Amino acid sequence: MSAWLRHHGHSAVQSLRRLASAPLASLLSVLVIGVTLALPLGGYTVFSNLQGLLPVWAYRADISVFLATGTERAKAEQVARGLRAQEGVKEVHFVPRESALAGLKKSSGLADVIAALPENPLPDAFVVVLQRNDGALAERVALHARSLQYVSYAQVDSAWIHRLNALLGVGRTAVYLLSLVLGLALVAVTFNTIRLQVLTQRDEIEVSRLVGATDAYIRRPFLYFGGVQGALGGLAALGIVAGGLAALNRDVSTLAALYGVVFRLELPDWPYCAVPVLAAAALGWLGAAASVSKHLQDMTLR
Amino acid sequence: MAAVISFSQVSKRYPGGGEALCGIDFSIEAGELVFITGHSGAGKSTLLKLIAAIERASSGTVLVGGQNVGALGSRGIPFLRRKLGLVFQDQKLLYDRSVFENVMLPLRIAGQATRDAARRARAALDKVGLLERERARPMALSGGEQQRLCIARAVVNRPAILIADEPTSNLDGDSARRVLDLFRSFHQVGVTVLIATHDPAAAADMAPRLLSLARGRLT
Repeated sequence: MSAWLRHHGHSAVQSLRRLASAPLASLLSVLVIGVTLALPLGGYTVFSNLQGLLPVWAYRADISVFLATGTERAKAEQVARGLRAQEGVKEVHFVPRESALAGLKKSSGLADVIAALPENPLPDAFVVVLQRNDGALAERVALHARSLQYVSYAQVDSAWIHRLNALLGVGRTAVYLLSLVLGLALVAVTFNTIRLQVLTQRDEIEVSRLVGATDAYIRRPFLYFGGVQGALGGLAALGIVAGGLAALNRDVSTLAALYGVVFRLELPDWPYCAVPVLAAAALGWLGAAASVSKHLQDMTLR
Repeated sequence: MAAVISFSQVSKRYPGGGEALCGIDFSIEAGELVFITGHSGAGKSTLLKLIAAIERASSGTVLVGGQNVGALGSRGIPFLRRKLGLVFQDQKLLYDRSVFENVMLPLRIAGQATRDAARRARAALDKVGLLERERARPMALSGGEQQRLCIARAVVNRPAILIADEPTSNLDGDSARRVLDLFRSFHQVGVTVLIATHDPAAAADMAPRLLSLARGRLT
């Protein structure tokens, strides 16, 4: 057991030495892997962040109900009662046309244009908040709202969120497919790196075999090398994505503020960050295993 | 005494080539000093390769330490080789490693603890007179020193059987004598030594058992 552990320790040290012995080549290989993995990791991060934002939007203002222009406030109260009576309605907020105009002035940047209008063109409105994020319920309540007297128009505000959700689903699937393809690329990169190493260390492998090294012993440093290189590539990908997010976040925060939301793109929590690093290490290990096994098989003693 | 190496009707034919060995029968007992002699192409190296499982016999049985070498799987061969000390004509040293690292290699492979391994490696280097050159690269050594380094690497695991293929072929008289003296000293402490050479005169003063090969047959 202790000999086995010593072999592993020696192999790990040897693989680090190999990485350090050609720092530029190692750095470039790690960067290639990092850039390769950054693409799906970045996509996954962006989609996850947007996904996390959806509930915030989805539960805010599920349905906007606009009253006909000139509807008296007393009649508006009648509409409110009709809306509250609907099953699945959690809250009904009245938005007076004056505050809607004030809000528009504040958020649209068109204050001068709005000030120039002879009168307030906006109608009184209600914001109907539903008990649950359910597209069918929202459509049902909107349909009912449209049937009420004094209601000019009812709009399901969350419809675009459902469409966005579906788009994000497509995006996520694309990211998974991309991960698969680029994962194969990582295996291929490692396969080739290890192939070159096996060829340059052919003499050492031959001598080691002659003095009693098992194939497992010979394979081990290459496997560690593939694993370590993959893990470093995974870390590089995390670094690249973190850098990219930091660069984007200023503009993203500004954009989010326009929608009244505080939002920043962030890397997943650290246990999830460990996944790409471990996956890259495993793929590197796999590529190394395939390469060294194939080339050891081809190599005969002289 | 029990035979540590035994050949029974062993033949070896290379694909597309002639018969390198034909119907070889002999056995070597523990502690023997044996020289295999014969001209170039007689089959000496092939015979040694069959013992170390570098080649497989086409027919017949090769037993080493009671193990049927032909029946060993790829997982068993390395453990057979760890019981043997192999000295090659072309030395097969690692020229990008120090003398010390070359001798450490079999110990690392055997899983020896670093401290013990270093002690044994230095003892082996001391035995062959290369301790002071432990930091040198093999390229900086003379031919005789390189061959002695090869012997140090072969004996560092304290093998019961030491096998050498033309260990003195490229050496001058003094260096060759020094190398052969080393083999004699290992034989004197009970190691079974098997040396292939095309020059039987080299062994004259060692009074070994001689096995003479000609065209793949024992004569």
